[in-house]
Amino acid sequence: MVSARIVAKRETCIGAGQCVFADPDAFDQDDNGLVVVLQADPTSPDALARAKEAVNVCPSRSITLLA
Amino acid sequence: MTVNAIQTRRVDPYSPPTEHLELQRDEPVAFLDWREGRKAWAITKHADVRTMLSDVRFSSDRSNPDHPAHGGYVPGAHKGAIIAIDPPEHSAIRSRVMNEFTVKKISLMRPRIEEIVAEALDAMLDGKSEAELVEELSLPVPAMAIAELLGVPYEDHDFFQHNTSLFSDAHIDPKQRGEAIAKLRDYISELVNARVKERGNDIISRQLDAGADAEEAVGLGFLLLIAGHETTANMISLSIMTLLDRPDLLQQLREDPSLIPGAVEELLRYFTIAEVGGLRLATADVEIGGKQIYAGDAVFGLANTANRDPDVFPDPHTIDFKRGARNHMAFGFGPHQCLGQNLARLELVIVLEQVIRRIPTLRLLDPLSAISFKEYGPNYGINELRVAW
Repeated sequence: MVSARIVAKRETCIGAGQCVFADPDAFDQDDNGLVVVLQADPTSPDALARAKEAVNVCPSRSITLLA
Repeated sequence: MTVNAIQTRRVDPYSPPTEHLELQRDEPVAFLDWREGRKAWAITKHADVRTMLSDVRFSSDRSNPDHPAHGGYVPGAHKGAIIAIDPPEHSAIRSRVMNEFTVKKISLMRPRIEEIVAEALDAMLDGKSEAELVEELSLPVPAMAIAELLGVPYEDHDFFQHNTSLFSDAHIDPKQRGEAIAKLRDYISELVNARVKERGNDIISRQLDAGADAEEAVGLGFLLLIAGHETTANMISLSIMTLLDRPDLLQQLREDPSLIPGAVEELLRYFTIAEVGGLRLATADVEIGGKQIYAGDAVFGLANTANRDPDVFPDPHTIDFKRGARNHMAFGFGPHQCLGQNLARLELVIVLEQVIRRIPTLRLLDPLSAISFKEYGPNYGINELRVAW
């Protein structure tokens, strides 16, 4: 059972798009380049691993994973 | 061995300075001699460099005379040069321009970048059996990619390509280089003035629409050149050198071209060419890695060494195209992380795709020991790379 929630802080996002590379199913960028969370609840261990990767590669540390 | 001074010169193209690797092992946050009696902090562990670059108390404001990158390096630093300013001004300008470089927008540039690379290769291969690759491929490709972003009209492409090459050539005499820089600045100013009168479908027009003034648009245009031209060219040269020097690696990509994006990522990590991208000025007393850094201290985040941190990258000195590590700092980290990184990746991927497909017999004409590397520049790279096919 995977239980975690992806939270992205748009105020600090710099639009590098690294989260989109990490998990295109969970993240996108809006017309301003800012992060948009498409799928906030990772539903599988794979999705959870990709969410952790997004947290790791985000250069502005704008993504957190709440347990 | 005790390391006394910051040593940014690389003697082995495949390695950060040995002294920095020793620092990482023995003293990851070290206060060392730097220049003119001034000392500076060298930070070499991946986690510490990321912490430092994420903390806005470490300033990027290069107009401050105490900043370690003050003067030089950014010829004609300008209002729109977000590389050299701090929040909130930085955030305001960056947020206006970052939608130009989203993953989606850059991926739409693929057909045009493919065309640019194909044209450069056509010219390089035309009736010849050898070439100097930096001049014929590494420099023209990013020049034309930036021309595309800026909306440089077709009839000006030769001018733009010629002068950007002179601008990025550390070998030519400073007067000639200075003239090329002046010509490009004038040219970008003219381009901006023309867009002020009549908008086109390009980044400058959209920046003006979003509220940038002309001075800021010129600064941004020039920054795209400084940040995106020579850097990408260096990575093109170093990547091709590596593949030709290491036939085993080349063979992997020939057999499975789907490995190319991962190979580009690994080559970015391995070479981490921006020597001074991680320079900051401490504006407050901050503790990093157990050491007390004081306001006014110069700080070097040595990303090329941090990208060989064995705590983050197992077997860090091995080139592994299947490593799958995107948490490297070849493009820096924190709010200043490279704006054009996704375009740089795309250019590198397409260059490798086409070079591998089109020139199966490509080889180096000189041994690595005879190749002239950019050992002293703000970016590591290759001055000349002679190849044959």
